[in-house]
Amino acid sequence: MNVFSPLFVMCLQFIAVLFAAPAFAGWVRMVKCWFQGRKSAGLFQPYRDIFKLLHKDVVLAENASWIFRFTPFLVFGTTVLAGVIIPILSIDLPLSATADAIALVALFTIARFFTALAGLDIGTAFGGMGSSREKTVASMSEPAMLMAIFTVSLVSQSTSISHMVNVIAHGEFVLRPSLAFALLAFILIALAETGRIPVDNPATHLELTMIHEAMILEYSGRHLALIEWAGMMKLFLFTTLGIALFFPWGIAAAGDITFLPVAILLLLIKLFFAGIGLVLIETGLAKMRLFRIQEFLGSAFLFATLGLLSYFMLE
Amino acid sequence: MSISPFILASSAILIFLSIPLLVPLFLRHQRLLINISSLIAAIASLLAVTAGVWTVWKGSTESYIILLGLPDLPFHLRLDPLSGFFFTVIGLLGFFVSIYSIGYVKGFLSHRPVNRLIVFYNLFMAGMFMVIIADDAFFFLISWEIMAAASYFLVMFEDEKAENRKGAFIYILVAHVGAIAILLSFGVMASLATGFENFGGYTFDAMRQTEFPIKWATAAFLLAFLGFSAKAGVFPLHVWLPEAHPVAPSNVSALMSGVMLKTAIYGIVRVTFDIIKDFPWWWGVIVLIFGLLSAVMGVLYALMQHDLKRLLAYHSVENIGIILIGIGLAMTFTSFHLPVLAALAITAGLYHTLNHAMFKGLLFMGAGAVLHATRVRNMEEMGGLIHKMPWTAALFLIGCISISALPPFNGFVSEWLTFQAFLLSPSLPSPILKLIFPLAAALLALTAALAATCFVKAFGITFLGQWRGHHTHVHEASWSMRIGMILTAVSCLFLGVFPTMVISWMDIIPEKLVGGSLTTTAGQFGWLWLTPISHSRASYSAPLVFLIILVVVLLIYIFLHTRKTAIHRGPLWDCGFEKIDTRMQYTGTSFAMPIRRIFGFIFMIKETVRIEASTGTPGHNIFPKSIHYRLRVRDRMWGWIYSPVADASFWIARKTGKLQQGRIQVYLVYSFVTIIILLVLL
Repeated sequence: MNVFSPLFVMCLQFIAVLFAAPAFAGWVRMVKCWFQGRKSAGLFQPYRDIFKLLHKDVVLAENASWIFRFTPFLVFGTTVLAGVIIPILSIDLPLSATADAIALVALFTIARFFTALAGLDIGTAFGGMGSSREKTVASMSEPAMLMAIFTVSLVSQSTSISHMVNVIAHGEFVLRPSLAFALLAFILIALAETGRIPVDNPATHLELTMIHEAMILEYSGRHLALIEWAGMMKLFLFTTLGIALFFPWGIAAAGDITFLPVAILLLLIKLFFAGIGLVLIETGLAKMRLFRIQEFLGSAFLFATLGLLSYFMLE
Repeated sequence: MSISPFILASSAILIFLSIPLLVPLFLRHQRLLINISSLIAAIASLLAVTAGVWTVWKGSTESYIILLGLPDLPFHLRLDPLSGFFFTVIGLLGFFVSIYSIGYVKGFLSHRPVNRLIVFYNLFMAGMFMVIIADDAFFFLISWEIMAAASYFLVMFEDEKAENRKGAFIYILVAHVGAIAILLSFGVMASLATGFENFGGYTFDAMRQTEFPIKWATAAFLLAFLGFSAKAGVFPLHVWLPEAHPVAPSNVSALMSGVMLKTAIYGIVRVTFDIIKDFPWWWGVIVLIFGLLSAVMGVLYALMQHDLKRLLAYHSVENIGIILIGIGLAMTFTSFHLPVLAALAITAGLYHTLNHAMFKGLLFMGAGAVLHATRVRNMEEMGGLIHKMPWTAALFLIGCISISALPPFNGFVSEWLTFQAFLLSPSLPSPILKLIFPLAAALLALTAALAATCFVKAFGITFLGQWRGHHTHVHEASWSMRIGMILTAVSCLFLGVFPTMVISWMDIIPEKLVGGSLTTTAGQFGWLWLTPISHSRASYSAPLVFLIILVVVLLIYIFLHTRKTAIHRGPLWDCGFEKIDTRMQYTGTSFAMPIRRIFGFIFMIKETVRIEASTGTPGHNIFPKSIHYRLRVRDRMWGWIYSPVADASFWIARKTGKLQQGRIQVYLVYSFVTIIILLVLL
């Protein structure tokens, strides 16, 4: 039993990431609708969207090259890989050692690198504009993200994610100012990385405000389904990464499979509140002008730096 | 005499030195000359690689004295694991580039004979190997000058163009300022080794056995660092790179950027870790600061370029910076007697040296193939080349992924190791360093992210979209060029997927230099997991990352392609307007515009817009006849450092020029006064 339990947890998590991510996206949309006084399409609308797109024909631009066709598959593949690295339900994850926190950031960079190339591939101004903006935002959010992760890794003396989570979940509970700053930085970065308001608007198709949507404007059919699905998984993964790093209590310890139902239940509760929190931010703020994003991400970087300073000075 | 690594290494050098002798025999058969000389050069490079790999493998040190040179000053040669490692780096890229050259050099045949290129190409290779194998200051400097002079003539190859002459002149000038500093540094160390009475101290062995007083050691180190920085292109001595690299033939640019800069890295490592050995912590911090400066400034300037080879040249500045970060960290850790951490940092630096040689070589070869095919260097006039040159595009993409530090390719491994070294800084005793080092790590992260942006631009504007150029005759690179690039790309992937093998191979170098080594074989699957310190500290498994991504991508592809849905091709979405043309695509300049705006204070930007109003309706600029837009981004260092120095030297030249009256009586008076002064003084 004990030999199989990590593998079982991994399969469970794999399925959870694949199939719970659209539900979480649906939950966020639902709450957003309620907050804005609209009627929602329900929790399962993202599944219906993906299903519909998978069954549609693909229309490719005339001069799209293999990069354009390959990108959706690669984006999906790297996101799935990230999904089996981040400890969501249990710390004892066999593949967690495959990549540490730095490699995890790099995995998301691969996906973004190729999406940006796909945006340039078709040769329209929209695609190029999206790529340029996305890469600009990324060049500032990635260092800030690494700084936030470094702060947590100083506390836990490791960059291995499951080890970081283990130290925070099962170590002595101390209120650490460094972690509070890191959390603040992480929230700002997660908003930028997953393309939410105030950095980007996932629901817009207005050329002045598009970032991510501009890059994938030419996608259709199953390619679009994969990209949308990967985007939902990314939102789910960033939320669960934040939960795992900063609020891991309740996550199952190594070899403790009986604790799993409790872990699932606690995760569902945390996701419930995380979704509401995200919607509160999104409805409370307006989208920023493109050239104010560097101030936004600069403050994220500053928070992460403050976390680092407070670690050395106070702890 | 049995075969030893040293025999192989010296025969490789002798072969390179003798290839120029073939040139007079084949003056009339240029094609044959190119084939033969490139093949021999490839074989000699392989010999050098064998020698290098073998030396590092055995961990052996061989030294010989050759009775050449001035009387009483024989040449000392030595092949130890550190030189073996650099032999491997230079030989490996030399091998790939030599194969590439078979096809590439033939492209010049329609304009000019290539004799000069072949002569200096081989002298250049020989010079680099001689620098690495030298074990005394005298032979080292001779080799250094052979390397510099040969590369000067290579940059000057197409000397009818003014920009080639300018680039080559700036290069040789900076190289010689550096060479003077290196000469002075060796002078300081040699005089301390034996005093001024005899010349015995000029060997590196004599210097190794000397304990330098800290004051003089610092002087020697600073001079050596200045000298080697000039060669490596460390900010702010980097200005020659973007001038010389773009104008040199591309196979030469690949070698100059990929491996010639590394001889300077070799020099820094040799002087600090091997010769001086004992140094204070702030030397490491100096190296680290200049490394960070080069990395960040290099990548920011690279983003502003639209000349493909100039962009790559600025990226060499960036990557030399990353290598120096590793070396600077290693120096700091060594001075605090933390050998294992120092081993990690120096492994990161050296591994990046090897990686940069591979991917930068690949990128320059790819850029050469593009230039060869399109005959333009400005990427704003390219686009859509992925359809016309599918091989070159795919190979250039591999180079772009590697240099952008994306797993599972090689650039990621060395940057990951550098980050791990940074994160171990809490074990330093100094509180200020503890605080500063993670901030420095953030700068490295910024560099990596900007590099990825820059290569999206480089690849996207050059190879993707639609062709913006005027002529349509673009052809794919020839087979030998493709094979050279394929081999380099495969080695990029290998170094990225199997880093544990390479690191356990080169583990002997940190052991000899800093007295610590990495235990890469932690855990059950030694070759699978890269765990630099311990399993709970950090781990990265490149083979698994590669495998999982591959399997997932293949599975979804197979799963989705068995369905009935079809793929149609349709025209571009043009927002309902009549026709969109290729000039409406995003250009490199527009791609980099947000970065230009955010980091604008770093550059010297001159932007002018001139609107030509349509005739007949004066004052109506709403529908102008034409708009002229001009953007110039210049290096601030020109205005801050180089122009004042150049002006000052002209001023001094003018003032001293007044001494030359042109009349013999005045000169006689000068001699008379000099003699009187000497007589009074002595």
